[in-house]
Amino acid sequence: METSLATQIGDLKLANPTMLAAGILGYTGLSMKTVIDAGAGAVVTKTMGLEPRKGYLNPTVVQTDCGLLNAMGLPNPGIHHFKSEMGKLKKTKAPTIVSIYGFSANEYAQVARKAQTIGADAVELNVSCPHVEKAGAQIGSDPQLLSEIVEVVADNVTIPVIVKLTPNVTNITEIAKVSQNAGADAITAINTLKAMAIDTETGRPILANKFGGLSGPAIKPIALRCVYDIYNAVDIPVIGCGGISNWQDAVQFIQAGASALQIGTAVAFQGLDVFSKITKGVEKYLKSKGFSNIKELVGYAHQF
Amino acid sequence: MQRLNNKQSCVPPKFDAINRMRTVKILGIKTENCAVKTLTFKDKLCAKAQPGQFVMVWVPGVDEIPISISGISSDGKTCITVHGVGDASNALNEKQKGDVIGIRGPFGNGFVTSKGNVLVVGGGTGIGPLMPLTEQLVKCAKKVTVMSGVKDKENLLFLERLNELCSCVKTKPVFTTEDGSYQTAGFVTDQAKKMLIKEKFDMIYTCGPEVMMYKMFVLSEKHDVPIQASLERMMRCAIGLCGSCQIGELRVCKDGPVLNSEQLRSIKSEFGKFRLDATGNKIKQP
Repeated sequence: METSLATQIGDLKLANPTMLAAGILGYTGLSMKTVIDAGAGAVVTKTMGLEPRKGYLNPTVVQTDCGLLNAMGLPNPGIHHFKSEMGKLKKTKAPTIVSIYGFSANEYAQVARKAQTIGADAVELNVSCPHVEKAGAQIGSDPQLLSEIVEVVADNVTIPVIVKLTPNVTNITEIAKVSQNAGADAITAINTLKAMAIDTETGRPILANKFGGLSGPAIKPIALRCVYDIYNAVDIPVIGCGGISNWQDAVQFIQAGASALQIGTAVAFQGLDVFSKITKGVEKYLKSKGFSNIKELVGYAHQF
Repeated sequence: MQRLNNKQSCVPPKFDAINRMRTVKILGIKTENCAVKTLTFKDKLCAKAQPGQFVMVWVPGVDEIPISISGISSDGKTCITVHGVGDASNALNEKQKGDVIGIRGPFGNGFVTSKGNVLVVGGGTGIGPLMPLTEQLVKCAKKVTVMSGVKDKENLLFLERLNELCSCVKTKPVFTTEDGSYQTAGFVTDQAKKMLIKEKFDMIYTCGPEVMMYKMFVLSEKHDVPIQASLERMMRCAIGLCGSCQIGELRVCKDGPVLNSEQLRSIKSEFGKFRLDATGNKIKQP
C-alpha cells in the first residue's frame, strides 16, 4: 500500500511536509534549488522588504547550549532585486514561499504584491522577528496592528497568506485567532525566542545587536506546545517550526497538529540531507503504524 | 586495546563545540610588513586545524570576521595573518599582546595534499593559508614550487619562512612585485603561466584576490592540471545557514573555502565575477 506524504497548506501542494524555514540560505535562487534538490517539499526565502537592508554587524550568530542565537537584522536585497533569483526557481517542483516584512501595513501590501508578481506561490508574513524594532515581533504581539496588516495583505494578493507567529507573547492562540479572522490561510508557529548571550571574560553581550532569537533543540518543547494549542484554536493549517532536528521531532509536531514542518537550525548541524532523512523517517513511521496518508496523523495527540 | 584508544582519540570534536565562541589571549604579535601582522593564540580545537581552514575572529565591540589560519604549530599555537583593510582587521592589528579576542572554528574544509609535483601560487595576504599547506607539502610532495606575488617590496610577506621551507626541498620561492621593486616585475600569474608551459604539474594550490585566482583557474584548465583555490566571501554564521557566502550552488563556509577544479567549473558564471554584498544582492567583483 502506498503511503502518501503529500500535504496541503491552503491551495499550496507539497510533495512532502518538510520546508526550509525563512532566513536560512534563501538569498539566491540556486541556494534554494540546492535545498529542493536535497528533498525539501517547499522553500521559504529570506525575509524581503521594500528596500535593501544590510542587517547588523557580526557577531550575528552565537552557539548556545542546545541551540543557536541569531540577530541578523533582516539583511535582504529588497523585493525588487529578487526577480532574477525567483526566475531560477521556476522549473523546480516545490513551491517557493516569499517571506516578507515591512514597517507598515502599506509596506507589507506592496512587498506582497511584488512577491506575487515575481512568482511567489505564497507569502509568509514575518511578524515575529525578535530583533528588528518596529517590524517583526512588535507587530506580531499587537493584535490590532497584526489584524490590519493581514487583512490588507490578503486583500492585495490572490496567493495564500501565511502568518509566522512569535512565541514572545502572553497568549499565542489569541494571536493565531486574530490572524485567521483577518484572512490568513495558514499559521507558522513559531519564530525564535528573544534571548541573549554574554561573554564571561569580557562581560560583553556577544551579539552585536545584544539581543537575538533562540532557535534549535532548546525551543522544541515550546514550539510543540504552541502548535498543539493553535491547532485547537483555529481551522486553518498550522506549520510547525522550532528545533525540528529528526523524524521523531517531525512526527511529534504532526501529532500536535502541524500539516507541514519548517527546518532551519538543523541544516547547520546535519547538512541539507536533513530534509530527506526526516521525510524517510516520517514515511517509515506512518507505514509501521498502518497510516496510508500523513493527513491521518495531523492532530493525533488531541484525542487523548 | 591500544588500537581502540587510538580510535577514540580520532573522534572529531562535536560541531557545536567548534562553533562555540572561545575568548583567547593574544600571545604574540609579529609585524610582517607595513599593513600585515601575524597574531598568535592558543586554542585546543584550532591546534587540530587543517591547512586551508578558517576561524571567525571576534574583535569585541567591533565586528567578527573570517580569517584563514596561517600557522599551526605542534605546541598548540595557532597563527592568523591579518591585513588591515576594514574596521575589524584594523582594530585587530591595533591589539596588544595579552588582549582578548573571540574565536569560533576551525571551519570549512582544508587543502588536500598531493604527493606529486605541486605549484603553490599566492597573491598578497592570500599566501597566509598556503603557509601551513607548504609546510606539509615539503614533507610529502615530490617537488614544491612556491610563487608569491605582491604589489611592491613593502608588501612582501613571509620572505624568510618561504626561503627556509623551499630550501628543505632544494627549490627557491619566486617573488613577484607589480612595480618590480623586488625580484621579478609583474603579476604572479604571468610567472605561473611560464612555469606551467615549462613543466608538468600534478596540482596547483592558490589563494589571493579572486580575479587572480580566476586567472589561475583558467590556466589550470588550459594545461589540464587540477587546482585547489581558497575563496573568500562575506561571512556571518560560518556554519552553512545564513547564505551570505553563497556562490552558485555552493556555500563557501561549508563546501569550501577550498574548492577543487570540478567545483570551480560549476560556479564558472560567478567565480571571479560576482559576489553577494551585505544585503544579499549580487554585485560585480571589485
